[in-house]
Amino acid sequence: MSGSAHHAPIGRHGGTSCCETTHHVLEVNDLCVSYGKVPALREVTFQTSCGYSVALIGPNGAGKSTLLKALAGLLQPECGEIRWQGQAMVKSSHEIAYLPQREEVDWNFPATVRGIVEMGRYPHVSWWRRFSPEDAEQVDRALQAMDLVDLQHRQISALSGGQQQRAFLARALAQEAHVFLLDEPFTGLDADAQERLAGLMEKLKSEGRLVIASHHDLETVAGIYDQVLLQATVQVDFGPVAEVFTDAKLRETYGREMRGGALPMEVNEA
Amino acid sequence: MNWLTEPFDLLIYRRALLAALVIGFTNGYVSAYVVLRKAALKTGSLSHALLPGIAMAILLFGLTPFSAFAGALLAALIVGLGSLLVSQTSRIDQDTALAVLFTAAFSGGIVILNYVNAPGELEHWLFGDIRGMSDSDLWTIYVIAAVSLLVLTLFQRPIVVMLFEPNVARSLGIPVNLMNYVLFALVILVLISSLQAVGCILALGLLVTPAATMLLFTDSPLRLFWGGGFLGMISSVSALVVSYWLDWPTGSSIVIVLGTVFVLSFLVSPKYGVLRVVRQRRRHRHEIHEASVT
Repeated sequence: MSGSAHHAPIGRHGGTSCCETTHHVLEVNDLCVSYGKVPALREVTFQTSCGYSVALIGPNGAGKSTLLKALAGLLQPECGEIRWQGQAMVKSSHEIAYLPQREEVDWNFPATVRGIVEMGRYPHVSWWRRFSPEDAEQVDRALQAMDLVDLQHRQISALSGGQQQRAFLARALAQEAHVFLLDEPFTGLDADAQERLAGLMEKLKSEGRLVIASHHDLETVAGIYDQVLLQATVQVDFGPVAEVFTDAKLRETYGREMRGGALPMEVNEA
Repeated sequence: MNWLTEPFDLLIYRRALLAALVIGFTNGYVSAYVVLRKAALKTGSLSHALLPGIAMAILLFGLTPFSAFAGALLAALIVGLGSLLVSQTSRIDQDTALAVLFTAAFSGGIVILNYVNAPGELEHWLFGDIRGMSDSDLWTIYVIAAVSLLVLTLFQRPIVVMLFEPNVARSLGIPVNLMNYVLFALVILVLISSLQAVGCILALGLLVTPAATMLLFTDSPLRLFWGGGFLGMISSVSALVVSYWLDWPTGSSIVIVLGTVFVLSFLVSPKYGVLRVVRQRRRHRHEIHEASVT
C-alpha cells in the first residue's frame, strides 16, 4: 500500500519551483465524463502548458467542477484522454493539486493551518515515516510564500475566506505541484482578498506553474487569466482571453443552457 | 487509598481491570475516527445490528471469537448494504432504511437469543458485564486492540486527510474506498470487543464519548486519538471502582462516567466550553455597546 508514496517518475525536480525551463504540456483530447447515465461533460479538447492560467467559464451545471475533478484523476473519463507531459494520465499524481470549493470543506475539522499544509507532503513520505527536515522546510517555505507564517498554529475555522484559500494554495505548494486545479477560488471573498489571490495566482504562473480555475464573475476574467475555456456541458471554445472571451461566444455558452431565456446579468455587462 | 485498591483484591475484578484498560483505550482511540467521520448514529445502528448475527452464530456453532465476528460482520453487512440498496432503489432515504432494518434485525436477535439455552444470555449481550471475562474473551480483546491500534496508528495521516476531505485525499493518491472498507471492518471488530463489557446498546457510548469530549479541548487529530484512548481507559477503570462501591452495573457505570466527564468538559473547557463562549459573546456585545456610546 506504500505505492502511492512513489509516484510516476515524470520529471521530478529537487528544487521548489517547477517547470522553469521545460514547457510541460497538459493535453485533453475529446474528454467526456458521465454520472451514471447523465452526461456531465462532452467533447472537451484543449492544450495548455505551465506558465499559463486558464479560466473555466460556463453556467451552473456546465461541468466545470467535473472537468477539474477529471483532471485531478478523481473521476474516470468515459471516453477521451488526458495527457500530462506527453504521458496518458491514469491516476492522480502529486504534480497535480486539487483545491476543492471552500463550501465543500468542513472548517470545524480539528486541524491547524500548518496541519493542512503538511498534508501536501504526504505523497513524498511514507505514511508512517516521520517528516524529515526537508519536509519541514518545504512546509515552512509554502507558508512563507502564502504569507501564513503568523497564522500557522491557528485552527482553520479561525481564518478568513482569503486565508483559507491561501492555506489550500500553500498545501499545493508543499506538494510541489505543477498544476493547480481550483474550484471557484474567488467565490465569497471580499474585494481585497480577491485582489490578493489574483496576485498570488500571477506569481504561481510566473514561477512556471499552470493554474486552472472555475470562475463565476465574468467582469474579472480578463484581468486574471490568460486563456478561457467556455463550457456548457459541451465545450464551446478554448483560446486566449482576447480571442475567445467575446460577447457572442458568451451568449452562445450561456444561451445553450438558458434555452433562449434572459442572459445572466454579468454577460450583458461584459 | 484503600477504597481504590480494595476491589482489585478479588480475582474477578483484576481480570475486569485488564479488560477495562484494554477495551477503554481501544474504544477511546477508535472513537476519534467515528467522531471525525461524523458517523456516531450510523455506528449506533451498526452496534444493534450485530446482535442477530452473534445470536445466530451462537445457535449454530457455539460461541467462539471467530463465530461471533463472522456472524456480526455478516449481520452488519446485510443491514448496511441493505439500507444502501433500499435508498438507491426507492424513495426511502438511507437513514430511514437503516432505522427500519436495524431495529428489525435487533428484534430478530432478541428472539433468537431466547432459543439459546443459557440463562442470562440475553441480558449479557444487551448490557454486558466486564466482570465475566474468560481467558479467551481477554485474548480476543487483546488481539482486536492490537489490530485496530496498529492500523489506525500506521495509517493515521492518510486517514486524517480522508476524513478532512476525501477528494483531496484521492488527489494525493490515497486509496479512499479501500480504506473505508478496512475501517468499516475495524469498527465492527471494536464493537465486538466492547459488547462483552458494556453490551450492544451501550457500546456506542464507549465508541463516541471519549473523542467527543477531547474535541472540546484540542485542535490536533493526533491528540484526539491518543487523548480519546487515555480518557476511555481512565473512565472505564474509575467506573469499575464506582460500580464496586455503589453496586451499579459495570457497563452503565462506564457510560455514566464518560457522560459526566463530557458534560463537565462541555461546560468548563477553556477552549470550546459553553461558559467561555457565553462570556466571549457578552464581552463582544459590551465592546460594541462601548464603541457605539463613544
